[in-house]
Amino acid sequence: MSATAAPAQRVATRRPRGAEEAKARRERWARRGPLLPALIFLIIVTQIPFVLTVFYSLFSWDLAKPGSPHWVGLSNYGAVFTDPVFFAAVLHTVEITFISVGIATLLGLGLAVLLDRAFVGRAIVRTLLISPFLILPTAAGLIWKTTLLDPTYGIVNWIIRIFGGTPVAFVTAQPMASVIATVVWQWTPFEMLILLAGLQSMPRDVLEAARVDGASALASFRELTLPHLRSYLELGILLGAIYVVNTFDAIYMVTQGGPGTETTNLPYYIYQRAFLGFEVGQSAALGVVTVVGTLIVASVALRVMFSIFIEDNTAKA
Amino acid sequence: MVRRSVFRSGGVVRRSVLRSGVACALGAAALALTGCSVAGAGGGAGSGPHGVALRVAIVSNPQMQDVEMLIKYFEREHPNIKVNFVTLPENQSRATVTDAVSTHSNEFDVVMISNYETPMWARYGWITNLQPYIARTKGYDENDFIPSIRKSLSYRGAMYSVPFYGESSFLAYRKDLFAKAGLHMPAHPTWPQVAAFAKKLDDKKKGVAGICLRGDSGWGENLAPLDTVINTFGGRWFNMRWQPQLTSPSVERAVRFYVHLVRNYGEPGPGEAGFSECATNYEQGNAAMWYDATSAAGTLEAKGSPVAGKNGYAPAPVLKTKHSGWLYTWSLAIPKTSPAKRAAWQFISWATSKAYIKLVGRKLGWSNLPPGSRLSTYRIPQYLKAAKAFAKPTLTAIESADPQHPTVKPVPYTGVQFLDIPEFQDLGTRVSQQITAAIAGGESVKSALQASQQYAQDVGKEHRS
Repeated sequence: MSATAAPAQRVATRRPRGAEEAKARRERWARRGPLLPALIFLIIVTQIPFVLTVFYSLFSWDLAKPGSPHWVGLSNYGAVFTDPVFFAAVLHTVEITFISVGIATLLGLGLAVLLDRAFVGRAIVRTLLISPFLILPTAAGLIWKTTLLDPTYGIVNWIIRIFGGTPVAFVTAQPMASVIATVVWQWTPFEMLILLAGLQSMPRDVLEAARVDGASALASFRELTLPHLRSYLELGILLGAIYVVNTFDAIYMVTQGGPGTETTNLPYYIYQRAFLGFEVGQSAALGVVTVVGTLIVASVALRVMFSIFIEDNTAKA
Repeated sequence: MVRRSVFRSGGVVRRSVLRSGVACALGAAALALTGCSVAGAGGGAGSGPHGVALRVAIVSNPQMQDVEMLIKYFEREHPNIKVNFVTLPENQSRATVTDAVSTHSNEFDVVMISNYETPMWARYGWITNLQPYIARTKGYDENDFIPSIRKSLSYRGAMYSVPFYGESSFLAYRKDLFAKAGLHMPAHPTWPQVAAFAKKLDDKKKGVAGICLRGDSGWGENLAPLDTVINTFGGRWFNMRWQPQLTSPSVERAVRFYVHLVRNYGEPGPGEAGFSECATNYEQGNAAMWYDATSAAGTLEAKGSPVAGKNGYAPAPVLKTKHSGWLYTWSLAIPKTSPAKRAAWQFISWATSKAYIKLVGRKLGWSNLPPGSRLSTYRIPQYLKAAKAFAKPTLTAIESADPQHPTVKPVPYTGVQFLDIPEFQDLGTRVSQQITAAIAGGESVKSALQASQQYAQDVGKEHRS
């Protein structure tokens, strides 16, 4: 901060006519100054670890072996890009994110529309519907794996047996569906809340006018409600995707990435390489590739797909 | 072989900064997976005017929780020592302890490790030679440790960790169900016999599986029983020239046998059943046989267990070898970095002494003794009475386990259900995932073993060079 401020002062003393400019600059710094601690904190907690990770990714470092940190250049990255499990993990990450957020948004929309009407006990129903979101993800994973889906003691299989069916070992027979079910259960309330806020901010007179004009309920939903909800939908999908893309708890608790590597996503794979395989260098390289990949996808997606950001930009320009 | 070791030349200060950074940096990069390690928390074990605070990392198994409960008796005898436990589940504990010990981060004064880590870490100079301490401790009697256990925790004739409890594997079976079906368990069953029993006793309608076997991923989960099957079928992981053998006919036959057995006559959802799931299944009467750790018998015979008193225990089934049981022990060691080695040894020698074992019996019940560490445990009359069904089978199983010669042909590694090489944690985890995929049915045994062979190829290459 002082390094930038000092030249400004020097300019000011040398050229009195630039005093105005210097004053403006000081004012700008007075505005920015209070933000600096937060910025510095952000750099410390995000950028320094990242630079360290890049540094570690250039070494072969197996924690389980003595004297192993040695320079290997980019060969960890070569290993990442020739590793079939890595590509499978990328695919699973995309799969989990798209399907979970998609289903959660649709369910959330349905629930939000229902909750938007007045009925007896609405507050209780709303609280109950929100509660999955308030449960610790680890606990949610455990509930799904043991209480609901367990082949011998699970509630779902108990119901199946009542109706004379044969029990299904969901977690191993349908691992991806089990993980997605857990994630959807957790994130539907979140989508529902955002969309409910959108619905309640909608002017009622428009809908009334539509009804007077003879529009059916479906038509007014399609023509009026959905367009109004667009930016809420985008926000819900965006935030949901940001959280779901690094799902770890559900996978760790329900399937441990398996069977085999069928539900291993990127965060779980990195965890496995680092904390079960003790390959510090390799997992650092995986981390770097993941961060870079996520940044590229995120920035493209933000610019292309989402009107909230585009409108914001045009407003500024 | 010219490996430039950057971190070692860096001097003390730089090294410690790099070290504590690694967990945090990885965490951040892995999209904030975990919190940073507890490195540095609590500071060092200081020997200030008020004595020593020991930092002890243990695994959260029932026997270890007993230590926590009884620690007041130790602290009463040693008023200048305070013991602080860091208790974690097995996988987390292993990651934390490996991290701390391998980076010399002085996080713990006592760590709970096993016969997998002990010989390797002793060779690397990461843990303290306990032999001099043992020699100076009157009445400790290391000759009382079960010989196979003692040997598995020694490096060049000196013990580097001392056993807290030990286990092998055996076959628990329901005597009542066998009698009802008119079957008779031989004194030394073979795997084909066991498979035939499983087929006869499997009763899907009543929800009773023929046999419960672990299928869940993890080198400490499904690979433990499976490796004993591979061994006794004559298979091995590597030949003497470190060429991987995972696609050899004998390994394939063994894995096919195991997968077929558990898929057809095993518990429902075998791909997600580990030790605890099988324990629950068997204890609730949902399985007629269970091949697993000898240490499980204590819970099966405990008061309140629905199957207490109904079980027989047969040695680990075999095919081509005489014995096939595994050998495992949770033991206590002192990292080289600990500044409080003497106090650490006082705690360790207390927790692994004959007196401690009797203390558990008096305070918590005689069936709760930490089994499988000392021969004298099997001469305590109260224990022999409480553990009548399984005490002798346990001791026999542990005594006959042979990590030096696990299978028919010679191998370049030691270990029955694991390979005592540093790469095994990683290799084992990956292979076990493939096995789970085969058990769950998503993959064929052949392709699972081909993928495993590929993983083993890299490890073998490193050992050949």
